[in-house]
Amino acid sequence: MQTIPNTHTPEPVAHFHRSRFDAWSFLFTGVTGACTYLIIAILLLILGNIVLNGYSHFSWRFLTGGADRGMYDPETAGVLPMIVGTASRIILMTIFVIPVGVITALYMTEYAHSTSLGIRIIRGAVANLAGVPSIVFGLFGWGFFLNFIGTHMDQLLHPEAAKAVWGKPALIWASLTLAVMTLPVVIVATEEALKSIPHGLREASLALGATKLQTVLRIVLPQAMPGILTGGILAISRAAGEVAPILFTGAVSFYPDLPKALTDPFMDLGYHVFILSTQSPNIEQTRPLLYATVMALLLLTFLLNVMAILVRAQMRRKLRALQ
Amino acid sequence: MSFKTPNTARRTEGWMGLKRGHRARPLEWMIEQLIQFVSYSAIIMVFLIFVFVTREALPILLGQMDSAAVRPSLSMDEAMKLPEADLRKYLNMTQSEFAKADAESIKMLVELRIESSATETTDKDAKLNTTQWSHLLGPYQWSGYTQPEYIWQPVGTIHKYNIVPLLVGSLKVSFIALAFALPLALGAAIYVSQLANPRIKEWLKPAIELLAGLPSVVLGFFAMLVMATFLQNVFGYTTRLNAFLAGIALGLAVIPLVFSIAEDALTSVPRSYTQAALALGSSRWQAAYQIVLPAALPGVFAAAVLGFGRALGETMIVLMTSSASIISWNIFDSARPITASIAAELAEAVFGGHHYRILFMLGALLFTVTFLLNLIGDVVVHRLKRRLEGKA
Amino acid sequence: MKQITKWLSVVAILAMTCAVSQAANIVVKGSDTMVILAQKWAETYMQKHSDAKIQVAGGGSGVGFAALQQQTVDIANASRKIKATEIETCIKTFGKRPTEYKVALDGLSVYVNAVNSIKELSIDQLAGVFTGKIKNWKELGGADAPIMVYSRENSSGTYEFFKENVLKGRDFAANAQPMQGTAALLQSVAKDKNAIGYGGAAYGAGAKHLAIKKDDSSAAIEPTEETIVSGKYPIWRYLFVYVNPTLDKGQIAHYLNWIRSDEGQSVVKNVGYFPLPKNLRE
Repeated sequence: MQTIPNTHTPEPVAHFHRSRFDAWSFLFTGVTGACTYLIIAILLLILGNIVLNGYSHFSWRFLTGGADRGMYDPETAGVLPMIVGTASRIILMTIFVIPVGVITALYMTEYAHSTSLGIRIIRGAVANLAGVPSIVFGLFGWGFFLNFIGTHMDQLLHPEAAKAVWGKPALIWASLTLAVMTLPVVIVATEEALKSIPHGLREASLALGATKLQTVLRIVLPQAMPGILTGGILAISRAAGEVAPILFTGAVSFYPDLPKALTDPFMDLGYHVFILSTQSPNIEQTRPLLYATVMALLLLTFLLNVMAILVRAQMRRKLRALQ
Repeated sequence: MSFKTPNTARRTEGWMGLKRGHRARPLEWMIEQLIQFVSYSAIIMVFLIFVFVTREALPILLGQMDSAAVRPSLSMDEAMKLPEADLRKYLNMTQSEFAKADAESIKMLVELRIESSATETTDKDAKLNTTQWSHLLGPYQWSGYTQPEYIWQPVGTIHKYNIVPLLVGSLKVSFIALAFALPLALGAAIYVSQLANPRIKEWLKPAIELLAGLPSVVLGFFAMLVMATFLQNVFGYTTRLNAFLAGIALGLAVIPLVFSIAEDALTSVPRSYTQAALALGSSRWQAAYQIVLPAALPGVFAAAVLGFGRALGETMIVLMTSSASIISWNIFDSARPITASIAAELAEAVFGGHHYRILFMLGALLFTVTFLLNLIGDVVVHRLKRRLEGKA
Repeated sequence: MKQITKWLSVVAILAMTCAVSQAANIVVKGSDTMVILAQKWAETYMQKHSDAKIQVAGGGSGVGFAALQQQTVDIANASRKIKATEIETCIKTFGKRPTEYKVALDGLSVYVNAVNSIKELSIDQLAGVFTGKIKNWKELGGADAPIMVYSRENSSGTYEFFKENVLKGRDFAANAQPMQGTAALLQSVAKDKNAIGYGGAAYGAGAKHLAIKKDDSSAAIEPTEETIVSGKYPIWRYLFVYVNPTLDKGQIAHYLNWIRSDEGQSVVKNVGYFPLPKNLRE
């Protein structure tokens, strides 16, 4: 069989046949179309329900208020500690995951031979890492980062201290756990970006006498920047709403101070949604609070998602123009 | 996942070929070695996850844990006469713990043992070690029960750790999720990739993918507060939180994943297939149903397998919608998946105790199962990709 | 590119410098049941003593004990008594038994739907209902309808207490619905006319609290503050805090004493628990 070029341009044939009425065709299109619109209707229903119930309580005071006067009181409770907690764990995670992910992708596309055994194993590991259940990451973070790394750091750095400094749920362990979880996202996005860079650029750079590393750092990497950014944003939006990996590694149900150190525990928006919907002392009274918190979380993740989609579209357009 | 091969693939090999003639400067050589080392991090992480989750579960797997509520206790004099190794074993201490402990703490531990034996129950099951495999997997007639049963009641004087109800719960909820998500996602994938007007398609695809942007805790919250009431009114069942509700909510989380894999597989079927079918006089739907779908079938299978893996591993949704751990094939009865148990119970379990280790064992099991499912899904997708590209 | 690396490194440096900031001088962690109480105590105490900085976190009684053992906290809150195995790990790591303080009382009510005609049950009858032996309200003198049993998640201290003290260690019925919190349970009981459930006596809007008989011959007692504090009402428990005895001095000791003083105990009632009887305060 011959290699068939994959053209993605819609061909006119599609519309040519539409004019002919055919009962089966009509039914088939109708059923599959109904599936599509049903999914979208459910999505809109969920969003509509949340926005309708949440917006009345959603205010500046709510976004900037703390939880130090109680977290179940709709009049005074705010979500600032949760927003700061979620934001800090995301920023830290980005700092950990981007370099590792980008370097891995660089190695896979620029250095290793694309069919070598090492690459195949890395690829398998990346695919598997992407499918590991989030709760298993939570167990791993607890078993490895907290109880192994953390405890050993305490033995080395603070052998005399009465209290453990590192070996307890903390911002840094939650971020590291999330970084491991989102590593595949960054690797895949960066790899895609690197692969789409025209080869002429690399060859031209080498022909001018640049070394390989110089070519990679000064020519290839800047070109791949939009792709890396997309990967970062995708990783962030995946991590922003995740709760299971941080359940045991850093998030606590109540901690009204803003996290100030890497070793502090923190409150988290997603975890707070869980707490409010299951632990509230009075469900009817805290309902507006709950809906507003969900809205804050959704706003955060959706903004990030929309950003990712826009950046990706922009990048694709640019690259298409380049080729 | 994209099936599009970059048209630079062939030239990449030429670029790699440069490596042969390329001799890096010392500093660059070091940096290149560093890059190579860092790039193995994904492999290292998968390995570490396996090692560290299994490590906590090891005493259970090796049968070293004993959860018997009644432990033999020795009097102070008897204990003090024991040789050191036996005393250490009696007190259940590791070598380093024993070396660190002073005489007074040893005394305290022996006293504690005597104290706790005074308050023991007379239940005939109290002597059982419930962490044995026969109790983890097989039914047993506990005192107070009229027949052998599978019971998950980890908290109490006698710890009943039978994991079968949890396995059944996980499978039941995941199958319901798949039964709901697969037809919908597949239908949508066929519509979007084959039948929809290209201009509408550009909107439909991101809209469905937006569903993936809903955090699972939000889906759980919605299921628990809104869907639970709605579905109970429609179907009129008695238990408000049950496997059906959890399955539907889980299905919503699985839909975007199944959709994007299936849509990718369908799109990657060469256009020439459709064009040939249309040229022979078939209609749009015939081309889609009889030509494109069979060609992409392995991809659809992979979507189902990966979707199942996702459903098995999803935590927050089932944590918020699941309930009692009973074995029943009625979809309107309760179910309690593995993930819900881990998330709900680990924080309260005694650190390093048997309940804690059983939960880690469940985590290791979950990891292994999803690892295998991912492997299958991946191999299938890879094969399909190669076949459609005409390389096999 | 340069802009972004610059930005990233600034964030990195900021994050690193943050690592050396000052922590609070009393760290409290543990039972989710007691989070609100512990927080109210901390708030009131800090208003009086401006030099104190108390940090409260939830997570669960087991989490509190694990943290106490790993010496990451000063005080562990618990809605259940510490277990022998947990004392063992404490002795193994710091050579001391944690000191136990009783800090409040909690009465547990049994709720039924407001339209239910049953007004009182004995402990034995309750055990029968919650273990699944009694399946119909008819057997208790009520309407002919199946009993819907609501319980709590097995990680909750309330669950364990109820199991040990009312069911006498027997298992809950397999189909008892575990609810994540008392409020969720109450809501279900309020909606379902055949329901029965249990939870804090101070909760209870929308459902009826049953009077409880210790055994068939004794009188039925309503769960009120008076009957709970005097010990007449049969289902009640202590709430505890545990502390590493080597840390129990200076400010921590002062705080623990304050909690059990009249002033500290006056906070207890505002959050739904009951103050300790006078003879238990020191």
